[in-house]
Order: sequence, then structure tokens, then C-alpha cells
Amino acid sequence: MLTARDLCKRHGAFWALRSVTIDIVGGTTTMLFGDNGAGKTTLVRLLASAASPTGGSISWFGSAEPARARIAMLSHADGHYDDLSAMEHLNMAESLLPRVGPGAPPRRSPAQLLEDVGLSARSGSLVRTYSAGMRKRLAFARLLQKNADLILLDEPYSALDPNGALLVDRLLGELHSLGRTVIVSTHQVERTAKHADNAIHLSGGRVIWTGLASDAPARVVAAEPG
Amino acid sequence: MEPIAQCFTLARKELLLQWRTRARFGSVLVFGVTALLIFSFAVGPDSTALKAHASGYLWLALLLMSTLSLQESARLDVQNGALEALVLLPVDGRALYYAKALVNTITLGTLGTLLVPIVAVLYDASAKEGVGLLVLSVWLGAAALVAPGTLYAVLTSRARAGDVMLPLLLFPLVVPALLGSVKATEVIMLGDPMGRVYSWLGLVIAFDAIYWSLCGLLYPLLLED
Amino acid sequence: MPRKTTIIGILGILLYIVGCYDGLLVAPADRFMGDIQRIMYVHVPCAWNTLVCFTISLVAALGWLLSGARARAEGRAWKWDELLEATTEIGVVLGAFLVVQGMLWAKPTWGVYWTWDPRLTTVAVMELMFVAVLALRGFVDEPVRRATWSAVVTLVAYVNVPLVYFSVKWWASLHQVQSSPSTVDPAMVLPLRINAFAVLFMSIGLMGLRTQLARRQRQALLGESDSDSTASSGGAA
Repeated sequence: MLTARDLCKRHGAFWALRSVTIDIVGGTTTMLFGDNGAGKTTLVRLLASAASPTGGSISWFGSAEPARARIAMLSHADGHYDDLSAMEHLNMAESLLPRVGPGAPPRRSPAQLLEDVGLSARSGSLVRTYSAGMRKRLAFARLLQKNADLILLDEPYSALDPNGALLVDRLLGELHSLGRTVIVSTHQVERTAKHADNAIHLSGGRVIWTGLASDAPARVVAAEPG
Repeated sequence: MEPIAQCFTLARKELLLQWRTRARFGSVLVFGVTALLIFSFAVGPDSTALKAHASGYLWLALLLMSTLSLQESARLDVQNGALEALVLLPVDGRALYYAKALVNTITLGTLGTLLVPIVAVLYDASAKEGVGLLVLSVWLGAAALVAPGTLYAVLTSRARAGDVMLPLLLFPLVVPALLGSVKATEVIMLGDPMGRVYSWLGLVIAFDAIYWSLCGLLYPLLLED
Repeated sequence: MPRKTTIIGILGILLYIVGCYDGLLVAPADRFMGDIQRIMYVHVPCAWNTLVCFTISLVAALGWLLSGARARAEGRAWKWDELLEATTEIGVVLGAFLVVQGMLWAKPTWGVYWTWDPRLTTVAVMELMFVAVLALRGFVDEPVRRATWSAVVTLVAYVNVPLVYFSVKWWASLHQVQSSPSTVDPAMVLPLRINAFAVLFMSIGLMGLRTQLARRQRQALLGESDSDSTASSGGAA
């Protein structure tokens, strides 16, 4: 479904990723974890086709060309315009996205999406008045709107209050049950592991371990000093 | 067909953003008026000389305003990664360019049009060949500044020292358009017994045609990382 | 072992000495302008080669922009970026000489250092456009981004050169009849020809050195070794 061979990415002299090879099976949730600077964000961006690799190759859905309409990414930069409202963002994307083919399930309406992420009450306010958590909720709404097959989440739990974190839990469960392929980078290893099938441990731009998500928390605990 | 539909949606978004940030538009306009006032100090209170050069001052003011307005409009796209989000949606790169350039032209054309009465008052300028033609020359020239300006702004807004780089890249490039616009506006203001206005406007139109097509082709290349 | 381009460059220097000797001491003085006219022997070759350099920059820009993802991943496309950096820089240096020489010519000829002669103005504008390309390169660190951005800007700037020329020509009434070799004394043509090739050869020599320097700078930045630069990025793990 998604395979990457010998992926390298360099920022100036710094190798953010070195020879990363991964194979993601469709319909699974994969957790990426590792220290800051391990290459999680870079890997997510490459797999989302937001950046091109310095070396190596990626194949999405069996093709070397990314089908961007089928890929969605939640990144650190939320991609919002400060002077548009949540509703305006979703309405704009609705008319920019390709038409849903006959027989395919319809996209959720903007109002429904905002309801799902708990933003209905403020849907008409400008994004600049939002808190960090609300911005993140809007980012989730935009992500869900795309109805993509491959979903990449870069640290979905950051900047969220406990309720927001529960929302991410629900979201991960929902995407999994819909059979979507999800890759999620996180520092909340224990929490994320509950929703993931597989896990990849990155360190210094290399894959140092792959295995079942349920085995991942033990690795983090073991690595912790003291 | 789809890129064209996307272009309209994006242009509506750009217009909405321009409207919401209209305080910025107002500041740029005041900046332009200030520039016009300052230019007259360079010449002194010689009303004949000021009147003769009114067209040049108008275009210099508009050129200075263009970099502020273009850079700001690109900054809105870049600051939260909004442009990248659109590219990944995916939106056609050319649709992004033409929507942006269209609305930038509307902004700069409006700014230029608003400067015209101020030039008329400050320098006692008139439009001997008609106000309609004068406004047309302002809009054609604005479109000429915007075409490469939109392309360059998306690049300088992501580079270090971008505020310096935009005028450094843009000003020498728009020399032909500026020459054409200044001369066209000048003969419209002072009278055109030789009928030269259309050849000067023709130069500006040629510049518009070349750069509106070329920059639309090149813009998508600057979006990939 | 010196590279071929270095040998050509040295040949250029020797040729330049011959050309200047011929131009300054052998060729007859101009009937109207006297010895001032001898600046032509460096000015005109400089002008031709400035255009040659920027044209090669354009070719390099197109080469980079049209290179496929594969050529870039394997590192084969970098030669275009190196060439662009080298020729743009040499073009800017020659262009600077050109503007100064033009001014030195203008002062005794027209009595002022600067006139709005279409060629002089076009060269000045062209020079500024390509200086801006170099400035932009200085402010962008990521090599791929720098290559793409400077290629785009080079392309846009190059297309502008004829537009600038014709618009300034229209705008300024001051014309200078173009001197072509066919209207001047054959004794004047020889040093002109010699120097045209001399400057071309020196430019080629510099291009070779500058391209090499650009490659080493990039390799130092990216931590590549000299020999396996094309293979390492492919990721032979």
C-alpha cells in the first residue's frame, strides 16, 4: 500500500533521515516514535509528499506519483488563514476538492464536521480568535473532510486539553474501524499504542526497531534513564 | 475545467482575506500619499515641474506600494503553511497563481486609482485624454507589476531578508513596464497630439501578456519542496 | 593535472596580451575619436561575452528545471546548478566591467559619464537583475530550493533583456549607430576578434574553476566526498 525504500532526507549538512525502508500494509495504524530530532516529522512529510526525498523512493498505492487527493496530513503548521472562519475554511475546501464519484460515500458536510470536532459554537469566528486547541480541532475537521485513504498525523496530541486528547483517541479508533491507513508520530507512546497495530522506533534518522505497537511502551520505559 | 473552477474559489478567498485585512490596505494607501508628498519636496514648489512629472511620481509611489502589498499577501499564505495545505489538497499550482495575481491586481489597481485624484490635487495634474484612459493605464501597469511580483513574493516570503529581496528582484525586472506606464500616463495627462499613447500602452500590454503566461507556468515549480 | 578548461583559460590570457598589444600599439587610431576608440578592443569583447555568459546561465536554468526527479536524486542534475552559479557570477563581473567601460567611453565622447543610451541602460538593468539572482542564492540555504529558485529567476530575468532594450530604445532618443566590423578598418578588426576569443577563453577557464568551486562548496555543505558524490545520495545502504 505504502512502501518507502532507502529514504534519505537532508537539511543542509544534516541528515534528517538515513536509508529508511518501511512497508505499510493497508488498513493498519502505524505509530512512529522516538526522541525529538529522530526524523519523525521529516518522515511524515515525505510520506505525505509535502517534501521530496534527497534519495530513495516512495510508492503510494502502487505508484511513484502521489495521489494527493487520497492522502491527508496533519502537520505542525496547521495551514489555517487567521482571517477566515472555521466554516469558511471547510466551505472553501469543499469546492476545491474533486467531486465525489457516483457510488462513493458522500463527504461529511462542513457543519457535520465542525459538530464532530466540537467547534460548532465558534464556527463563524475568525481563526485568529481561536486557542491553540481549537486551531487543532479545526485541523482535524479539515483532515476528516478530505476522506483520504492514507492519513498522516504528526503529533496529534500536542496542544490539546484532556477533552481534546479524548477526541484524538476517538478519531484514531474511528479511522481504524473505517479501514483507513494511518501513520501517527507521537511522544504519547502508551496512549497511542492502544490505537495502533504496528510501531516504528526512529532514532538519529534511522529505523532502530519495528514491531507490534503493544511492545512499544516497554521500549520507551527501558530506554528511560533511572 | 477544474483548475478554472478552483481559481475562482481561490480568488474569492483572496478577496475575502483582502477585505478582512483592509486596515493594511489603508496603511499602504496612506504610505503612497506620503510618498507623493515627499517626492514634491525633491523638486521644490515649482508647480510647472511638478505637473510635468506627475505621472512619474504616481508610478514611483505605486511601485513602492506594490512591494508592501505583494509581500503581505504572500506572507498570509506562508505563515501557517496555508499555501502548502492547499498544494496538498491538491489544488492546481496555476490556479493558485492566477487567483493570487488577479486579486493582487485588483488591490494594486484600486490603490493606483485612489492615488489619481491625489496626484491631480497635489500636482495640479489633469487627464487631457480622458479619465477612463488614465485609469486603464493605471490598471494595465498594475497588472504588469503584479505578474512577476506575485511569482517573486511567494519566493521571497520564504527566504531570509525577503523584504529586501522582493524589490531587489522586482524593480529591475519591471523597467519596461514602468517606462511604458509612465510615458502612457504622462501623455494622457499632458495631452497626446502625436497619438503615442497606444504604442506605450501596447508595450505595457506586451509585458503583461509575456509575464502573465510565463509566471503562471513557473509558479507551480516554486511550490514543491 | 590541470583541466581542459584551465588550459583554455591560460590560452585566453596569452591571447588577451596579444590582442591588447595589437589593439593598443599596432592598430591605427580612429580618425574621429583618436585613441579613445581603443577602449573598444576590450569593451566590445566584454559585451559579447557578458551576453554569452548570461545565455549559458539560461541554458543551465532550463537544464535544471527540465531535469527529472531521477537525475536530481542521483545527483546528475547538480552540474546545471553549478554551471548557473559559475556563469552568472562571471557574467556579473564582465557586466560590471562593461558598465564602467561604457561610462569611461561616454565621458570623452558625450561629455557625461552616464547617458540613457539603450545599450548602456539595458546592460545596467541586466546587471542588476543578475546581481539579484546571486543575492537570492546567498539568502537561500537549502540546495535544491536554491537551484530551483535561481533557475526560475534567471529565466524570468533573461526573457526581460530584449524587452528592456527595446523599451529604453523607444524611450531615449539618443542613439549610437552600432559599429560592426565591416565598417571599420581591417587593422582594427583583428585585435577585436582576438580579444573576443581571449575573453571567451578566459571566461571558460573561470567557468571551469568556478564550477569546481561550487561543487566543492556543495559537497562540503552536504558532507559528500568528492568521488562518490553521484552515488551516495542514491542511498546504497
